[in-house]
Amino acid sequence: MDVKIKIDNLRVYFEKNEILKGIKINIAKNMITGFMGPAGSGKSTLISIINRMIDFEDNVKIEGRVLIDDINILDKEINPVSLRRRIGTVFAVPIPLQRSIFENIAYGPRLKGINDKIELFKIVSDSLKKAFLWDEVKDRLDMSATKLSGGQQQRLCLARTLVLKPEIILLDEPCSGLDPISTAKIEEALSELKKEYTIVLVSNNTKQIARISDYSAFFYLGELIEYGTTEKVFTNPSQKKTEDYISGKFG
Amino acid sequence: MVHMNRWVSIREKIVKNTLTVFALSSLLFLFLIFIFILIEGLPLFLKVGLKNIIFGFKWAPTKGYFGIFPMIISSFLVTFGALIIGAPLGLSCAIYLAEYSGKRLKMILKPALELLAGIPSVVYGFLGVIYIVPIVREYLGGSGFSLISTSIVLGIMILPTIISISFDSIMSVPRSYREGSYAMGATKWQTIFKVVLPAARSGILASFILGMGRAIGETMAVIMIAGNALKIPTNITDPLRTLTGNIALELAYATGDHRLGLFSTGIVLLIIIMALNYLANFGIKRRI
Repeated sequence: MDVKIKIDNLRVYFEKNEILKGIKINIAKNMITGFMGPAGSGKSTLISIINRMIDFEDNVKIEGRVLIDDINILDKEINPVSLRRRIGTVFAVPIPLQRSIFENIAYGPRLKGINDKIELFKIVSDSLKKAFLWDEVKDRLDMSATKLSGGQQQRLCLARTLVLKPEIILLDEPCSGLDPISTAKIEEALSELKKEYTIVLVSNNTKQIARISDYSAFFYLGELIEYGTTEKVFTNPSQKKTEDYISGKFG
Repeated sequence: MVHMNRWVSIREKIVKNTLTVFALSSLLFLFLIFIFILIEGLPLFLKVGLKNIIFGFKWAPTKGYFGIFPMIISSFLVTFGALIIGAPLGLSCAIYLAEYSGKRLKMILKPALELLAGIPSVVYGFLGVIYIVPIVREYLGGSGFSLISTSIVLGIMILPTIISISFDSIMSVPRSYREGSYAMGATKWQTIFKVVLPAARSGILASFILGMGRAIGETMAVIMIAGNALKIPTNITDPLRTLTGNIALELAYATGDHRLGLFSTGIVLLIIIMALNYLANFGIKRRI
Protein backbone atom coordinates (compact mmCIF):
# COMPACT_ATOMS: atom_id res chain seq x y z
CA MET A 1 0.00 0.00 0.00
CA ASP A 2 0.99 3.58 -0.73
CA VAL A 3 1.56 5.25 2.65
CA LYS A 4 0.38 8.84 3.16
CA ILE A 5 0.62 9.18 6.93
CA LYS A 6 3.09 7.21 8.99
CA ILE A 7 2.64 7.36 12.74
CA ASP A 8 5.66 6.12 14.61
CA ASN A 9 5.59 5.22 18.29
CA LEU A 10 3.35 8.16 19.22
CA ARG A 11 2.83 8.82 22.91
CA VAL A 12 0.60 11.62 24.20
CA TYR A 13 0.23 12.72 27.80
CA PHE A 14 -2.41 15.04 29.21
CA GLU A 15 -0.96 16.23 32.50
CA LYS A 16 0.12 12.83 33.84
CA ASN A 17 -2.31 10.58 32.00
CA GLU A 18 -1.03 8.69 29.03
CA ILE A 19 -3.74 9.08 26.39
CA LEU A 20 -1.95 7.43 23.50
CA LYS A 21 0.43 4.62 24.37
CA GLY A 22 2.91 4.16 21.56
CA ILE A 23 0.75 4.12 18.45
CA LYS A 24 2.27 2.74 15.24
CA ILE A 25 0.13 2.88 12.15
CA ASN A 26 0.51 3.53 8.42
CA ILE A 27 -2.41 5.22 6.71
CA ALA A 28 -2.88 4.46 3.03
CA LYS A 29 -3.13 7.09 0.32
CA ASN A 30 -6.45 7.46 -1.51
CA MET A 31 -8.21 5.09 0.82
CA ILE A 32 -10.70 5.46 3.62
CA THR A 33 -9.23 4.38 6.93
CA GLY A 34 -11.74 3.89 9.70
CA PHE A 35 -10.83 4.49 13.36
CA MET A 36 -13.17 2.83 15.83
CA GLY A 37 -13.17 2.25 19.53
CA PRO A 38 -15.13 3.12 22.65
CA ALA A 39 -15.03 6.54 24.29
CA GLY A 40 -11.63 7.32 25.75
CA SER A 41 -9.77 5.10 23.33
CA GLY A 42 -7.74 8.02 22.02
CA LYS A 43 -8.99 8.11 18.44
CA SER A 44 -10.06 11.76 18.55
CA THR A 45 -6.77 12.72 20.20
CA LEU A 46 -4.96 11.03 17.34
CA ILE A 47 -6.94 13.15 14.86
CA SER A 48 -6.07 16.33 16.75
CA ILE A 49 -2.38 15.37 16.56
CA ILE A 50 -2.51 14.94 12.80
CA ASN A 51 -4.08 18.40 12.26
CA ARG A 52 -2.14 19.94 15.15
CA MET A 53 -5.32 21.22 16.77
CA ILE A 54 -3.74 19.74 19.89
CA ASP A 55 -1.63 22.92 19.97
CA PHE A 56 -4.61 24.71 21.54
CA GLU A 57 -4.64 22.40 24.56
CA ASP A 58 -2.60 23.09 27.67
CA ASN A 59 -0.41 20.62 29.57
CA VAL A 60 0.13 18.23 26.67
CA LYS A 61 3.31 16.28 26.09
CA ILE A 62 3.89 14.50 22.80
CA GLU A 63 6.56 11.92 21.95
CA GLY A 64 7.18 10.08 18.72
CA ARG A 65 6.76 11.07 15.09
CA VAL A 66 3.94 11.68 12.65
CA LEU A 67 5.17 11.67 9.07
CA ILE A 68 3.09 13.00 6.22
CA ASP A 69 4.85 12.32 2.93
CA ASP A 70 7.95 11.55 5.01
CA ILE A 71 7.97 14.94 6.77
CA ASN A 72 7.55 14.99 10.53
CA ILE A 73 4.67 17.37 11.18
CA LEU A 74 5.40 17.50 14.91
CA ASP A 75 8.65 19.25 14.07
CA LYS A 76 8.86 22.78 15.46
CA GLU A 77 9.72 24.05 11.98
CA ILE A 78 6.28 23.08 10.67
CA ASN A 79 3.78 25.93 10.59
CA PRO A 80 0.45 24.52 11.85
CA VAL A 81 -1.56 27.03 9.80
CA SER A 82 -0.11 25.91 6.49
CA LEU A 83 -0.34 22.29 7.64
CA ARG A 84 -4.08 22.72 8.26
CA ARG A 85 -4.49 24.04 4.73
CA ARG A 86 -3.30 20.62 3.53
CA ILE A 87 -5.44 18.71 6.02
CA GLY A 88 -9.18 19.29 6.11
CA THR A 89 -11.13 18.47 9.25
CA VAL A 90 -14.84 17.85 9.66
CA PHE A 91 -16.08 17.84 13.24
CA ALA A 92 -18.86 15.89 14.93
CA VAL A 93 -21.09 18.92 15.33
CA PRO A 94 -21.29 21.02 12.18
CA ILE A 95 -20.64 24.65 13.06
CA PRO A 96 -21.29 26.86 10.06
CA LEU A 97 -20.06 30.42 10.40
CA GLN A 98 -22.83 32.96 10.86
CA ARG A 99 -22.73 33.91 7.20
CA SER A 100 -24.38 32.89 3.96
CA ILE A 101 -23.87 29.44 2.44
CA PHE A 102 -21.66 30.96 -0.23
CA GLU A 103 -19.52 32.93 2.23
CA ASN A 104 -19.08 29.86 4.43
CA ILE A 105 -17.40 28.01 1.58
CA ALA A 106 -15.59 31.10 0.28
CA TYR A 107 -14.07 31.74 3.72
CA GLY A 108 -11.05 29.48 3.19
CA PRO A 109 -10.21 30.70 -0.34
CA ARG A 110 -10.60 34.31 0.81
CA LEU A 111 -8.09 33.64 3.59
CA LYS A 112 -5.68 32.56 0.89
CA GLY A 113 -6.33 35.84 -0.91
CA ILE A 114 -8.71 34.72 -3.66
CA ASN A 115 -11.27 37.50 -4.12
CA ASP A 116 -12.29 37.29 -7.77
CA LYS A 117 -16.08 36.76 -7.86
CA ILE A 118 -16.15 34.45 -10.86
CA GLU A 119 -13.29 32.31 -9.62
CA LEU A 120 -14.86 32.12 -6.16
CA PHE A 121 -18.20 31.08 -7.58
CA LYS A 122 -16.55 28.33 -9.59
CA ILE A 123 -14.66 26.82 -6.68
CA VAL A 124 -17.62 27.18 -4.33
CA SER A 125 -19.98 25.42 -6.71
CA ASP A 126 -17.40 22.71 -7.43
CA SER A 127 -16.94 21.83 -3.80
CA LEU A 128 -20.69 21.93 -3.10
CA LYS A 129 -21.13 19.43 -5.93
CA LYS A 130 -18.42 17.18 -4.54
CA ALA A 131 -20.11 17.25 -1.13
CA PHE A 132 -23.44 16.27 -2.75
CA LEU A 133 -25.07 19.48 -1.56
CA TRP A 134 -25.21 21.59 -4.72
CA ASP A 135 -28.66 20.51 -5.90
CA GLU A 136 -30.24 21.35 -2.56
CA VAL A 137 -28.77 24.84 -2.16
CA LYS A 138 -27.95 26.14 -5.63
CA ASP A 139 -30.95 28.51 -5.64
CA ARG A 140 -30.30 29.99 -2.22
CA LEU A 141 -26.56 30.46 -1.84
CA ASP A 142 -27.05 33.77 -0.05
CA MET A 143 -29.25 32.25 2.64
CA SER A 144 -27.76 32.07 6.15
CA ALA A 145 -26.00 28.72 6.53
CA THR A 146 -27.34 28.29 10.05
CA LYS A 147 -30.83 27.77 8.57
CA LEU A 148 -29.80 24.53 6.85
CA SER A 149 -30.74 21.18 8.36
CA GLY A 150 -28.15 19.29 10.41
CA GLY A 151 -27.32 16.91 7.55
CA GLN A 152 -27.00 19.79 5.10
CA GLN A 153 -24.81 21.71 7.54
CA GLN A 154 -22.49 18.73 7.85
CA ARG A 155 -22.17 18.47 4.07
CA LEU A 156 -21.58 22.24 4.01
CA CYS A 157 -18.71 21.70 6.44
CA LEU A 158 -17.40 18.95 4.17
CA ALA A 159 -17.65 21.28 1.17
CA ARG A 160 -15.84 24.04 2.99
CA THR A 161 -13.08 21.57 3.76
CA LEU A 162 -12.88 20.39 0.15
CA VAL A 163 -12.65 23.92 -1.20
CA LEU A 164 -9.17 24.20 0.31
CA LYS A 165 -8.07 21.26 -1.88
CA PRO A 166 -6.52 19.37 1.02
CA GLU A 167 -4.56 16.13 0.58
CA ILE A 168 -6.05 14.54 3.66
CA ILE A 169 -9.55 14.76 5.11
CA LEU A 170 -10.10 13.92 8.77
CA LEU A 171 -13.66 13.28 9.88
CA ASP A 172 -14.33 13.08 13.60
CA GLU A 173 -17.63 11.24 13.98
CA PRO A 174 -19.23 13.28 11.21
CA CYS A 175 -22.52 11.39 11.29
CA SER A 176 -23.05 11.09 15.03
CA GLY A 177 -25.93 13.56 15.03
CA LEU A 178 -27.43 12.74 11.66
CA ASP A 179 -30.39 10.73 10.41
CA PRO A 180 -29.82 7.65 8.19
CA ILE A 181 -30.60 9.48 4.95
CA SER A 182 -28.13 12.30 5.66
CA THR A 183 -25.60 9.70 6.76
CA ALA A 184 -26.02 7.83 3.48
CA LYS A 185 -25.39 11.02 1.55
CA ILE A 186 -22.18 11.74 3.45
CA GLU A 187 -21.02 8.15 2.92
CA GLU A 188 -21.78 8.39 -0.76
CA ALA A 189 -19.75 11.60 -0.99
CA LEU A 190 -16.82 10.04 0.90
CA SER A 191 -16.69 6.96 -1.33
CA GLU A 192 -16.47 9.27 -4.31
CA LEU A 193 -13.90 11.58 -2.66
CA LYS A 194 -11.36 8.90 -1.81
CA LYS A 195 -10.23 8.87 -5.45
CA GLU A 196 -8.63 12.25 -4.82
CA TYR A 197 -8.05 12.37 -1.09
CA THR A 198 -6.72 10.31 1.77
CA ILE A 199 -9.58 9.99 4.23
CA VAL A 200 -9.52 9.16 7.93
CA LEU A 201 -12.94 8.50 9.40
CA VAL A 202 -13.47 8.30 13.15
CA SER A 203 -16.76 6.70 13.99
CA ASN A 204 -18.54 5.06 16.86
CA ASN A 205 -20.69 3.32 14.33
CA THR A 206 -18.89 0.08 13.47
CA LYS A 207 -21.39 -0.66 10.69
CA GLN A 208 -20.43 2.60 9.02
CA ILE A 209 -16.75 1.69 9.20
CA ALA A 210 -17.54 -1.72 7.73
CA ARG A 211 -19.60 -0.17 4.93
CA ILE A 212 -17.23 2.42 3.56
CA SER A 213 -13.68 2.09 4.88
CA ASP A 214 -10.92 0.15 3.14
CA TYR A 215 -8.77 -0.23 6.24
CA SER A 216 -9.98 -0.41 9.82
CA ALA A 217 -8.21 0.31 13.07
CA PHE A 218 -9.53 -0.60 16.48
CA PHE A 219 -8.34 1.47 19.45
CA TYR A 220 -8.85 0.67 23.09
CA LEU A 221 -7.63 2.75 26.07
CA GLY A 222 -4.96 4.49 24.06
CA GLU A 223 -3.62 1.43 22.31
CA LEU A 224 -4.01 0.24 18.75
CA ILE A 225 -5.43 -3.24 19.23
CA GLU A 226 -5.96 -4.25 15.65
CA TYR A 227 -5.32 -2.83 12.21
CA GLY A 228 -5.84 -4.32 8.76
CA THR A 229 -8.09 -4.38 5.75
CA THR A 230 -11.69 -3.84 6.72
CA GLU A 231 -12.59 -7.24 5.36
CA LYS A 232 -10.02 -8.97 7.52
CA VAL A 233 -10.83 -6.98 10.68
CA PHE A 234 -14.54 -7.56 10.40
CA THR A 235 -14.61 -11.17 9.21
CA ASN A 236 -11.58 -12.64 10.89
CA PRO A 237 -10.20 -10.41 13.67
CA SER A 238 -7.02 -11.67 15.30
CA GLN A 239 -7.84 -10.21 18.73
CA LYS A 240 -10.66 -11.27 21.02
CA LYS A 241 -11.22 -7.59 22.07
CA THR A 242 -11.84 -6.57 18.48
CA GLU A 243 -14.32 -9.35 17.95
CA ASP A 244 -16.15 -8.42 21.16
CA TYR A 245 -16.31 -4.76 20.17
CA ILE A 246 -17.52 -5.40 16.64
CA SER A 247 -20.16 -7.85 17.80
CA GLY A 248 -21.37 -5.28 20.34
CA LYS A 249 -20.36 -7.11 23.51
CA PHE A 250 -18.89 -3.90 24.95
CA GLY A 251 -18.34 -0.28 23.99
CA MET B 1 -46.36 17.32 61.86
CA VAL B 2 -49.16 19.07 60.01
CA HIS B 3 -48.74 22.01 62.33
CA MET B 4 -45.04 22.37 61.63
CA ASN B 5 -45.51 22.09 57.90
CA ARG B 6 -47.93 24.93 57.97
CA TRP B 7 -45.50 27.10 59.92
CA VAL B 8 -42.74 26.27 57.44
CA SER B 9 -44.89 27.20 54.51
CA ILE B 10 -45.90 30.51 56.12
CA ARG B 11 -42.27 31.32 56.78
CA GLU B 12 -41.42 30.55 53.16
CA LYS B 13 -44.16 32.90 52.04
CA ILE B 14 -42.99 35.69 54.34
CA VAL B 15 -39.44 35.41 53.02
CA LYS B 16 -40.62 35.41 49.44
CA ASN B 17 -42.92 38.40 49.85
CA THR B 18 -40.35 40.42 51.77
CA LEU B 19 -37.77 39.82 49.08
CA THR B 20 -40.30 40.75 46.41
CA VAL B 21 -40.99 44.08 48.15
CA PHE B 22 -37.28 44.86 48.46
CA ALA B 23 -36.64 43.86 44.88
CA LEU B 24 -39.43 46.04 43.57
CA SER B 25 -38.28 49.00 45.67
CA SER B 26 -35.46 49.75 43.21
CA LEU B 27 -38.11 49.99 40.52
CA LEU B 28 -40.08 52.31 42.80
CA PHE B 29 -37.06 54.58 43.30
CA LEU B 30 -36.54 54.82 39.56
CA PHE B 31 -40.20 55.62 39.11
CA LEU B 32 -40.13 58.29 41.86
CA ILE B 33 -37.01 59.95 40.44
CA PHE B 34 -38.66 60.09 37.07
CA ILE B 35 -41.92 61.48 38.46
CA PHE B 36 -40.22 64.20 40.52
CA ILE B 37 -38.03 65.36 37.67
CA LEU B 38 -41.06 65.47 35.39
CA ILE B 39 -43.17 67.38 37.93
CA GLU B 40 -40.44 69.95 38.42
CA GLY B 41 -39.25 70.22 34.86
CA LEU B 42 -42.34 69.87 32.71
CA PRO B 43 -44.09 73.15 33.66
CA LEU B 44 -41.24 75.12 32.15
CA PHE B 45 -41.55 73.18 28.90
CA LEU B 46 -45.20 74.23 28.80
CA LYS B 47 -44.41 77.84 29.66
CA VAL B 48 -41.41 78.50 27.44
CA GLY B 49 -42.04 75.91 24.77
CA LEU B 50 -40.22 72.70 23.86
CA LYS B 51 -38.58 74.28 20.83
CA ASN B 52 -37.21 77.27 22.75
CA ILE B 53 -35.59 74.98 25.30
CA ILE B 54 -34.21 72.17 23.20
CA PHE B 55 -33.29 74.22 20.15
CA GLY B 56 -32.70 77.53 21.93
CA PHE B 57 -29.16 78.85 21.69
CA LYS B 58 -29.22 81.26 24.59
CA TRP B 59 -29.04 80.18 28.23
CA ALA B 60 -29.78 83.18 30.49
CA PRO B 61 -32.28 81.78 32.93
CA THR B 62 -32.62 84.96 34.99
CA LYS B 63 -33.65 86.82 31.83
CA GLY B 64 -36.07 84.15 30.62
CA TYR B 65 -33.83 82.35 28.08
CA PHE B 66 -33.62 78.60 28.62
CA GLY B 67 -31.95 77.35 25.45
CA ILE B 68 -29.86 74.26 26.11
CA PHE B 69 -29.05 73.35 22.50
CA PRO B 70 -25.32 74.15 22.87
CA MET B 71 -25.16 71.90 25.93
CA ILE B 72 -26.90 69.02 24.17
CA ILE B 73 -24.43 69.31 21.31
CA SER B 74 -21.53 69.63 23.75
CA SER B 75 -22.63 66.57 25.70
CA PHE B 76 -22.75 64.53 22.50
CA LEU B 77 -19.40 65.91 21.33
CA VAL B 78 -17.55 64.91 24.49
CA THR B 79 -19.32 61.56 24.45
CA PHE B 80 -18.27 60.79 20.89
CA GLY B 81 -14.84 62.13 21.64
CA ALA B 82 -14.60 59.76 24.58
CA LEU B 83 -15.77 56.92 22.36
CA ILE B 84 -13.19 57.71 19.66
CA ILE B 85 -10.49 57.41 22.30
CA GLY B 86 -12.00 54.71 24.52
CA ALA B 87 -13.48 52.31 21.95
CA PRO B 88 -10.33 51.30 20.05
CA LEU B 89 -8.29 51.15 23.25
CA GLY B 90 -10.95 49.22 25.15
CA LEU B 91 -11.69 46.78 22.36
CA SER B 92 -8.00 46.08 21.77
CA CYS B 93 -7.55 45.45 25.45
CA ALA B 94 -10.57 43.11 25.53
CA ILE B 95 -9.28 41.17 22.51
CA TYR B 96 -5.85 40.88 24.06
CA LEU B 97 -7.27 39.73 27.39
CA ALA B 98 -9.63 37.20 25.85
CA GLU B 99 -7.45 35.76 23.09
CA TYR B 100 -3.77 36.40 23.69
CA SER B 101 -2.93 36.94 27.34
CA GLY B 102 -1.90 34.06 29.50
CA LYS B 103 -3.78 33.11 32.65
CA ARG B 104 -1.35 34.90 34.93
CA LEU B 105 -1.49 38.22 33.11
CA LYS B 106 -5.28 37.96 33.05
CA MET B 107 -5.25 37.57 36.83
CA ILE B 108 -3.32 40.85 37.13
CA LEU B 109 -5.15 42.83 34.44
CA LYS B 110 -8.73 42.09 35.42
CA PRO B 111 -8.46 43.39 39.03
CA ALA B 112 -6.46 46.37 37.75
CA LEU B 113 -9.37 47.23 35.48
CA GLU B 114 -11.82 46.97 38.33
CA LEU B 115 -9.61 49.37 40.27
CA LEU B 116 -9.66 51.75 37.32
CA ALA B 117 -13.46 51.66 37.48
CA GLY B 118 -13.38 52.38 41.20
CA ILE B 119 -11.26 55.55 41.08
CA PRO B 120 -13.52 58.51 42.02
CA SER B 121 -14.26 60.81 39.12
CA VAL B 122 -12.93 63.84 41.01
CA VAL B 123 -9.51 62.18 40.92
CA TYR B 124 -9.76 61.80 37.16
CA GLY B 125 -10.75 65.46 36.95
CA PHE B 126 -7.85 66.49 39.18
CA LEU B 127 -5.31 64.57 37.11
CA GLY B 128 -6.87 66.03 33.98
CA VAL B 129 -6.43 69.58 35.27
CA ILE B 130 -2.89 68.97 36.45
CA TYR B 131 -1.54 67.04 33.45
CA ILE B 132 -3.78 66.97 30.38
CA VAL B 133 -4.99 70.57 30.40
CA PRO B 134 -1.43 72.05 30.43
CA ILE B 135 -0.29 69.65 27.70
CA VAL B 136 -3.22 70.64 25.48
CA ARG B 137 -2.61 74.34 26.22
CA GLU B 138 1.04 74.03 25.31
CA TYR B 139 0.78 71.92 22.15
CA LEU B 140 -2.66 72.69 20.71
CA GLY B 141 -3.32 76.19 22.03
CA GLY B 142 -6.32 77.70 23.79
CA SER B 143 -6.81 77.61 27.52
CA GLY B 144 -6.46 73.84 27.70
CA PHE B 145 -9.90 73.52 29.27
CA SER B 146 -11.42 72.03 26.16
CA LEU B 147 -13.33 69.43 24.20
CA ILE B 148 -10.16 67.43 23.56
CA SER B 149 -9.03 67.36 27.20
CA THR B 150 -12.48 66.29 28.37
CA SER B 151 -12.69 63.60 25.69
CA ILE B 152 -9.33 62.15 26.69
CA VAL B 153 -10.26 61.93 30.37
CA LEU B 154 -13.73 60.52 29.64
CA GLY B 155 -12.19 58.09 27.15
CA ILE B 156 -10.05 56.66 29.94
CA MET B 157 -12.97 56.64 32.38
CA ILE B 158 -15.15 54.52 30.10
CA LEU B 159 -12.41 51.94 29.45
CA PRO B 160 -13.46 49.55 32.24
CA THR B 161 -17.06 49.46 30.97
CA ILE B 162 -16.01 48.79 27.38
CA ILE B 163 -13.34 46.26 28.28
CA SER B 164 -15.35 44.15 30.70
CA ILE B 165 -18.48 43.87 28.55
CA SER B 166 -16.54 43.31 25.30
CA PHE B 167 -14.37 40.75 27.08
CA ASP B 168 -17.41 38.82 28.29
CA SER B 169 -18.98 38.77 24.86
CA ILE B 170 -15.75 37.64 23.18
CA MET B 171 -15.34 34.89 25.78
CA SER B 172 -18.90 33.70 25.19
CA VAL B 173 -18.19 32.91 21.53
CA PRO B 174 -18.16 29.09 21.48
CA ARG B 175 -14.79 27.43 21.15
CA SER B 176 -16.14 25.35 18.27
CA TYR B 177 -16.42 28.50 16.10
CA ARG B 178 -12.73 29.09 16.53
CA GLU B 179 -11.86 25.44 15.89
CA GLY B 180 -13.87 25.46 12.65
CA SER B 181 -11.92 28.46 11.47
CA TYR B 182 -8.54 27.08 12.49
CA ALA B 183 -9.36 23.80 10.76
CA MET B 184 -9.79 25.74 7.54
CA GLY B 185 -6.27 27.04 7.83
CA ALA B 186 -7.03 30.44 9.31
CA THR B 187 -4.40 32.15 11.42
CA LYS B 188 -5.23 33.38 14.90
CA TRP B 189 -5.79 36.98 13.83
CA GLN B 190 -7.90 35.90 10.81
CA THR B 191 -10.01 33.82 13.16
CA ILE B 192 -10.44 36.68 15.62
CA PHE B 193 -11.20 39.24 12.94
CA LYS B 194 -13.47 37.18 10.71
CA VAL B 195 -15.17 34.79 13.11
CA VAL B 196 -14.88 35.79 16.76
CA LEU B 197 -15.51 39.54 16.49
CA PRO B 198 -18.51 39.22 14.14
CA ALA B 199 -20.02 36.65 16.51
CA ALA B 200 -19.44 38.95 19.49
CA ARG B 201 -20.54 42.02 17.56
CA SER B 202 -23.73 42.85 19.42
CA GLY B 203 -22.08 42.57 22.83
CA ILE B 204 -19.22 44.79 21.70
CA LEU B 205 -21.69 47.37 20.39
CA ALA B 206 -23.55 47.21 23.71
CA SER B 207 -20.28 47.90 25.53
CA PHE B 208 -19.75 51.01 23.41
CA ILE B 209 -23.27 52.23 24.08
CA LEU B 210 -23.00 51.65 27.83
CA GLY B 211 -19.65 53.46 27.72
CA MET B 212 -21.41 56.36 26.02
CA GLY B 213 -24.03 56.33 28.75
CA ARG B 214 -21.30 56.60 31.34
CA ALA B 215 -19.55 59.42 29.46
CA ILE B 216 -22.69 61.49 28.91
CA GLY B 217 -23.67 61.16 32.57
CA GLU B 218 -20.26 62.00 33.99
CA THR B 219 -20.28 65.31 35.86
CA MET B 220 -17.45 66.06 38.25
CA ALA B 221 -14.50 65.35 35.98
CA VAL B 222 -16.25 67.21 33.18
CA ILE B 223 -16.89 70.38 35.20
CA MET B 224 -13.25 70.46 36.21
CA ILE B 225 -11.84 70.12 32.70
CA ALA B 226 -14.41 71.31 30.17
CA GLY B 227 -14.15 75.07 30.81
CA ASN B 228 -17.95 75.34 30.97
CA ALA B 229 -18.37 78.07 28.35
CA LEU B 230 -21.92 78.55 27.08
CA LYS B 231 -21.43 78.01 23.36
CA ILE B 232 -21.11 75.30 20.77
CA PRO B 233 -17.42 74.51 20.38
CA THR B 234 -16.13 75.00 16.84
CA ASN B 235 -12.68 73.62 17.54
CA ILE B 236 -11.32 70.74 19.62
CA THR B 237 -9.51 73.25 21.83
CA ASP B 238 -12.69 75.24 22.59
CA PRO B 239 -14.25 75.03 26.05
CA LEU B 240 -17.77 73.71 26.41
CA ARG B 241 -20.51 73.04 28.95
CA THR B 242 -22.41 69.74 29.13
CA LEU B 243 -25.94 69.07 30.38
CA THR B 244 -24.65 67.48 33.56
CA GLY B 245 -22.20 70.31 34.15
CA ASN B 246 -24.97 72.86 33.78
CA ILE B 247 -27.05 71.29 36.53
CA ALA B 248 -24.17 70.82 38.93
CA LEU B 249 -22.76 74.30 38.44
CA GLU B 250 -25.96 76.25 38.94
CA LEU B 251 -28.26 74.25 41.18
CA ALA B 252 -26.72 75.60 44.38
CA TYR B 253 -27.90 79.17 43.81
CA ALA B 254 -30.78 78.75 41.31
CA THR B 255 -34.26 79.85 42.30
CA GLY B 256 -37.66 80.08 40.61
CA ASP B 257 -37.72 79.52 36.86
CA HIS B 258 -33.94 79.17 36.83
CA ARG B 259 -34.27 76.14 39.08
CA LEU B 260 -37.01 74.72 36.87
CA GLY B 261 -34.75 75.22 33.87
CA LEU B 262 -32.17 72.95 35.46
CA PHE B 263 -34.84 70.29 35.94
CA SER B 264 -35.67 70.60 32.25
CA THR B 265 -32.01 69.96 31.54
CA GLY B 266 -32.33 66.90 33.74
CA ILE B 267 -35.31 65.61 31.76
CA VAL B 268 -33.39 65.86 28.50
CA LEU B 269 -30.41 64.11 30.06
CA LEU B 270 -32.59 61.35 31.49
CA ILE B 271 -34.24 60.71 28.12
CA ILE B 272 -30.90 60.52 26.33
CA ILE B 273 -29.51 58.06 28.90
CA MET B 274 -32.66 55.93 28.81
CA ALA B 275 -32.46 55.76 25.03
CA LEU B 276 -28.82 54.65 25.21
CA ASN B 277 -29.59 51.99 27.80
CA TYR B 278 -32.47 50.72 25.73
CA LEU B 279 -30.20 50.45 22.70
CA ALA B 280 -27.58 48.60 24.73
CA ASN B 281 -30.11 46.14 26.14
CA PHE B 282 -31.41 45.54 22.66
CA GLY B 283 -27.88 44.66 21.57
CA ILE B 284 -27.26 42.33 24.48
CA LYS B 285 -30.59 40.53 24.08
CA ARG B 286 -29.95 39.82 20.43
CA ARG B 287 -26.76 38.07 21.39
CA ILE B 288 -28.62 35.68 23.67
